[in-house]
Amino acid sequence: MINLTIDGKKLQVTDGATILEAARMFGIDIPTLCYHPTLSAHGSCRLCSVEIVQRGWSRIVISCLYPAEEGLEVKTRSPRVLRLRRGIVELLLARCPSSERIQVLARQLGIGKPRFEPDERECILCGLCVRVCHETSEKKLLNFVGRGFEKEVAAPFYETPQECIACGGCAYVCPTGTIRMVDGKPEFLWQRAKKPGQGEA
Amino acid sequence: MKITSEKDLQSVREEGLKSLCPGKTKISVGMATCGLATGAGKVWDALSGEIEKAGLEIELNQTGCMGFCQEEPIVSVHEPGKPRIFYKKMTPEKAGELIAGLTDHTLKTDWILGRDEAEPSSEGDAGKRDDTGHPSAVLAEIPLCRDLAFYRKQQKIALHNCGYIDPGNIVEYIALGGYSALCKALREMTPVKIIDEIKRSGLRGRGGAGFPTGTKWESCRRAPGTPKYVICNADEGDPGAYMDRSVLEGDPHSVLEGMIIGAYAIGSHQGYVYVRNEYPLAIKRMRKAIEQAEAYGLLGENILGSGFTFKLKINRGGGAFVCGESTALMASLEGRVGEPRAKYIRSVARGLWDRPSNLNNVETWANVPLIINQGADWFAAIGTGKSKGTKIFSLVGKISNTGLVEVPMGMPLREIIYDIGGGIPGGKKFKAVQTGGPSGGCIPAELLDLPVDYEALAKAGSMMGSGGMIVMDEDTCMVDVAKYFLDFLEGESCGKCVPCREGVRRARQILVRITEGKGREEDIEVLQDLALTLQDGALCALGSSAANPVLSTLRYFRDEYVAHIKHGRCPARVCKALIRYAIDPEACKGCTRCIKACPQAAITGEVKQPHVIDEGKCIKCGACIEACKFGAIEKLSEGVQ
Repeated sequence: MINLTIDGKKLQVTDGATILEAARMFGIDIPTLCYHPTLSAHGSCRLCSVEIVQRGWSRIVISCLYPAEEGLEVKTRSPRVLRLRRGIVELLLARCPSSERIQVLARQLGIGKPRFEPDERECILCGLCVRVCHETSEKKLLNFVGRGFEKEVAAPFYETPQECIACGGCAYVCPTGTIRMVDGKPEFLWQRAKKPGQGEA
Repeated sequence: MKITSEKDLQSVREEGLKSLCPGKTKISVGMATCGLATGAGKVWDALSGEIEKAGLEIELNQTGCMGFCQEEPIVSVHEPGKPRIFYKKMTPEKAGELIAGLTDHTLKTDWILGRDEAEPSSEGDAGKRDDTGHPSAVLAEIPLCRDLAFYRKQQKIALHNCGYIDPGNIVEYIALGGYSALCKALREMTPVKIIDEIKRSGLRGRGGAGFPTGTKWESCRRAPGTPKYVICNADEGDPGAYMDRSVLEGDPHSVLEGMIIGAYAIGSHQGYVYVRNEYPLAIKRMRKAIEQAEAYGLLGENILGSGFTFKLKINRGGGAFVCGESTALMASLEGRVGEPRAKYIRSVARGLWDRPSNLNNVETWANVPLIINQGADWFAAIGTGKSKGTKIFSLVGKISNTGLVEVPMGMPLREIIYDIGGGIPGGKKFKAVQTGGPSGGCIPAELLDLPVDYEALAKAGSMMGSGGMIVMDEDTCMVDVAKYFLDFLEGESCGKCVPCREGVRRARQILVRITEGKGREEDIEVLQDLALTLQDGALCALGSSAANPVLSTLRYFRDEYVAHIKHGRCPARVCKALIRYAIDPEACKGCTRCIKACPQAAITGEVKQPHVIDEGKCIKCGACIEACKFGAIEKLSEGVQ
């Protein structure tokens, strides 16, 4: 067992647990977007960042991947953490201003209008759909394509592969509703895109 | 032949000395990428043709980069018993005269860069190092290369063979002491002793972060799990930086030898060299070096008859800058998309294929053989308190002597830029130097006495980085510079984590807006907020340091940002939206040169009458300024009051 402190509460968790798992086990809320307990952690949304203090050093780590360590002191709502979370959500709100999930997060963090020109994207590239397709259904049909801002989730040739069993896992885990189930089949972004074969771009 | 004993190594050494000093005239052409880019290939062809035509018994060979890129193509001529003479800026046209000079014993003094005092040669030649053959008065006028301002303050460790040996010939490397460190390590030292030696030397990672090399090796050695891997990071990608390329092209065996020693110390039997595909010559030379080392029993199974096995494979990078980041590099090596991962479990414990993996940069590996040979104390005596040894920098930008320089740590930037680099050309004023590539920062003139040292550079808001050093003069707009680097980083962001993917793009958008004269009052504050989000939130160093160009220019050149945003002025007169071109009627002689040069037909005027620029048509290309012989055209940035 490992003893650690989260937001002043002394907790005991099993060896191998992450900070996020430890916190959730004891009802401490840390927001996440790219995390799902049944999938491997990706560590890309950075929303679950927390501040840890160790041997007099303080630094920011992401709680979904950082292991709970003996004697660790974790702050999930320190000014530095909240400032970072606001920065991240403001960027996401500018990317996906119509996303309900992002709007809720923004409200919780007291963000009004983002200071950037809004884009009208739907997908936040959290990669949950990709991991479901690889790890749960093991079909490995969805993947990331490209890099940077123009990165997108796609299947080969922007076509729903014949191998898709319509398990719906991708739609189920999608935090922004970008992938939806329509007539019992997943509907992907590229099927709604203005220019065929280009996703959102 | 397979080398299995000290005696074998000695006989190869003798063979190498004969190759270095063949007892007949030898001409070497600097044929690294920098030389080839300035036409060394054509110079080689011309020399080869002239030698054949003259029917002379001359050996023509190639060598790597001597560092003085400004003077490339550099050709050296070494006649037996005479000092080696280096000719600068050679052209195919000069080849004939150079060869003719060898037969009638005349020297083309105007073409000479410098000479060597004497050559290390085979034992028999040792006594004949006089200057006979050339009139001593002529020779006395030729400076020694090591006395040239460019070389005087340099100290070559990682580059000590570059530009001297033929990188494609292992025996020349062996002749100058190559693979003797490996021999010593395998025969006389235990792995623990080697690690101790590297630790005591104070060698730190030359890729940028400066992690202590010996400590890294030790952690990897102690990490449970087999097999273990050693990796050479040759995915150098900073704009304007080419240290690693030159080492691989000019002295690939030093990197190989370093890696084999490291592998032995760590307990690894498989290594990888990850080279970016944009370095075809480096890949070619490294591949040949591996083949030769295998043929001589220095790589592969039972190295030097010691029973130790180490195999090495080259992997080519696919073009992503982020693959220079260690975890992204390992993902790419595994055949996955090159994206970084969180490093809470270090790659020395779980790296390539989840096995303990030790990754070091090209320059770090190249330092290892000399530390083993000359000892930790020798190395630790060079440099500053926490930064030991030397560092290679590629000195580029607005600098008189462009080139690759290797200096002891702790040398003030001023000495590198003014003494070695020869200062700023064209009588312009120094403005800033960018160290550490796109993730580094701009250091202003006030801090020119800052020593190059990991801690000192970090404190100034920049970093050592891999060694790019871009010098900027008064005609450089610092907002434009920040925009350039952010543009580069935006294009190279892998897109995995939100802060980097979205934040770098937003910062770049704001910088573009400022340079277009559309900056807003709050922009500086937004940039600073974005910088904090990047520093605390980004997954890897590409993102977390992406704000450095913005933060350092804001820190030292804030007034330029303010001038752009508040006054609509670009003080350096670079940002096109904020400048206009004007003709001084007093200075204009009415020669019509600018009228002919203008691609837009924006300039009008009669002969011998002052000309006028139509601002509505002008695209601010600067062709008129170049054409004007009277300095009558100027760029103005008056701004709005």
